[in-house]
Amino acid sequence: MTPQVAVMAADTGGVNGVALAVLIVLFLIVTVAGFMASRFMRADSMESLDEWGLGGRKFGTWITWFLLGGDLYTAYTFVAVPAAMFATGAVAGFFAVPYTIILYPIIFIFMARLWSVSHRHGYVTTADFVRGRYDDRTLSLAVAVTGFVATMPYIALQLVGIQAVLEVAGLGGGDNVLAKDAPLLIAFAVLAAYTYSSGLRAPAVIAFVKDILIYLVIIVAIVYLPGQVGGWDSIFGAAQDKMSAANPVDGKPNGAFIPSLGEGGAAFAYATLALGSAMALFMYPHSVTASLSSNSRNTIRRNAAILPAYSFVLGLLALLGWVAIAAGTQPIGLDGKPNAQLVIPQLFEDMFPAWFAGVAFAAIAIGALVPAAIMSIAAANTFSRNIYKEWIKKDATPAQEAKVSKLMSLLVKAFALVFVLTLDKQNAINFQLLGGIWILQTFPAVVFSLFTRWFHRHGLLAGWAVGMVYGTWQAWNVANPRAGINHFGGSLDPIPVIGELGYIAMTAFVINVVLAVVISAVLNAVKVSNGRDETIPFDYFADADDPRVKKDLSEHTHHGDPYGDPDDIPGNAPAR
Amino acid sequence: MAIAAVLLCIPIVALLWVPSYAKTDPELLGFPFFFWYQFLWVFICSALTWTAYRLTLSARGKTTHQVGEDR
Repeated sequence: MTPQVAVMAADTGGVNGVALAVLIVLFLIVTVAGFMASRFMRADSMESLDEWGLGGRKFGTWITWFLLGGDLYTAYTFVAVPAAMFATGAVAGFFAVPYTIILYPIIFIFMARLWSVSHRHGYVTTADFVRGRYDDRTLSLAVAVTGFVATMPYIALQLVGIQAVLEVAGLGGGDNVLAKDAPLLIAFAVLAAYTYSSGLRAPAVIAFVKDILIYLVIIVAIVYLPGQVGGWDSIFGAAQDKMSAANPVDGKPNGAFIPSLGEGGAAFAYATLALGSAMALFMYPHSVTASLSSNSRNTIRRNAAILPAYSFVLGLLALLGWVAIAAGTQPIGLDGKPNAQLVIPQLFEDMFPAWFAGVAFAAIAIGALVPAAIMSIAAANTFSRNIYKEWIKKDATPAQEAKVSKLMSLLVKAFALVFVLTLDKQNAINFQLLGGIWILQTFPAVVFSLFTRWFHRHGLLAGWAVGMVYGTWQAWNVANPRAGINHFGGSLDPIPVIGELGYIAMTAFVINVVLAVVISAVLNAVKVSNGRDETIPFDYFADADDPRVKKDLSEHTHHGDPYGDPDDIPGNAPAR
Repeated sequence: MAIAAVLLCIPIVALLWVPSYAKTDPELLGFPFFFWYQFLWVFICSALTWTAYRLTLSARGKTTHQVGEDR
């Protein structure tokens, strides 16, 4: 460290002892809870994906609410959304609010169907469903690999969230690689251990602690902080001044106070970011895993009505990014460089007593553990179901599947750790951006197929492939001169034909759908086989109180038992 | 069911129609219109989704089916 850098680092306050102590105590409580979680709604045996990977598929409305809330509103969201508000304003930051509002009508429409068909056929992943709907291994593999690859950087970003907190708390400094990263290594080793032993029950229990802490911290902050910096008028005033000021690099305004309209405006960008993100979110394996763990299709629908409570909190949190502007927060990393990602932890350290800053740090750090656990479980389930069992060992028993999943969940986390520790943080952010574009390309194969078999499996596959290539290529081409990067500089790009800036994932999605429609029309016209469908219309409406679902459940009390014939009509579909 | 579908589409259309709310006035408690309007939609959307849920429940009750019978 040069002396100057040492001085800058000292400005962040060095090690904040009290905050750190609070953080460690809360972390220990959560660790104990994580290990004890295996007793929560206990099963005879954890040796199957239904138990380890889906918590026995019996979480009720409130557990699902906490679990999905803990899953979707990740630590990275809590760090990145206010950071985007702080750095570039409402288009890049506040779109998270309409995104997480329109999300719920969208999942209301299709998630209940996915729950029902998955329950009737024992599906654990979306790729399982696609496999059953078309009996097409290639299309199923495409969905599985996309989900797996898109989830990996998302897990890595949860680590970035923890790192941000540790950095502001004063940990992670120094030149010794091991000492620098030890806190993160310990946190992740503990997480890996209780995920391995308790499966999805661990994040379900920890999510209670996480969500209560998050609500507490944000409500206290939003009530207390505005008065300290001169009220909302001066907060919005300071934000408007910062956003309209000219950026030293290109002389254009720093960002958007609200999306501007007309020529070159950002309305399209704002709307496509919200819609594209909303459609993509429930294609991610971790969202599907948390949804399928619920005990009835109505649990999902009730949750679609009560989950927006988190969106309200997310909106308040986004505005904290602007409170930080008014408060004059200077987010400077231990390396002495400004880093907008640190703005929320830094704001709390500056404005609150050390013990409360510690609670806030814990809320973010624990907020990273819940999604990281669910994501690693979901990625592992995808691997064992759709890659291991489908391509490597076809006669794998449920116990072997669960074993592979458990080991895979460790590997996935280890990979994320190596990714964050060895590569530049920017790589994780780039891949996360790409992951969002990629995962949306599985939407037609999964969601359209829940409603119709008009789309042809080859058309869906071709649309997916072209959407992936187009999206990746466009994202590569986005430069950001202000950050000094030439590729992956953002998620916006001019939409062909329309010419306005839009979310690349949506453009790729439209191309994907158009291609799928054209190819499906042609292949249907010349009557190319669209594979064998193992589902029947009833499967999409089945609910937990249905006599046939009851029969499924009673026949499936022991995990070695296969599911029965899905419709009791012999011969039309194989036993599961 | 058709009514439920309309209820679910309302918030999607309203929030994607950005020009309808990308303005600062009228303010509410110091919040520019753009912000409080979107916060308001959290509650409207929640209420609409809950109503749609109740509607699908009652629609389901009317079409109770027997084992082995498909709809």
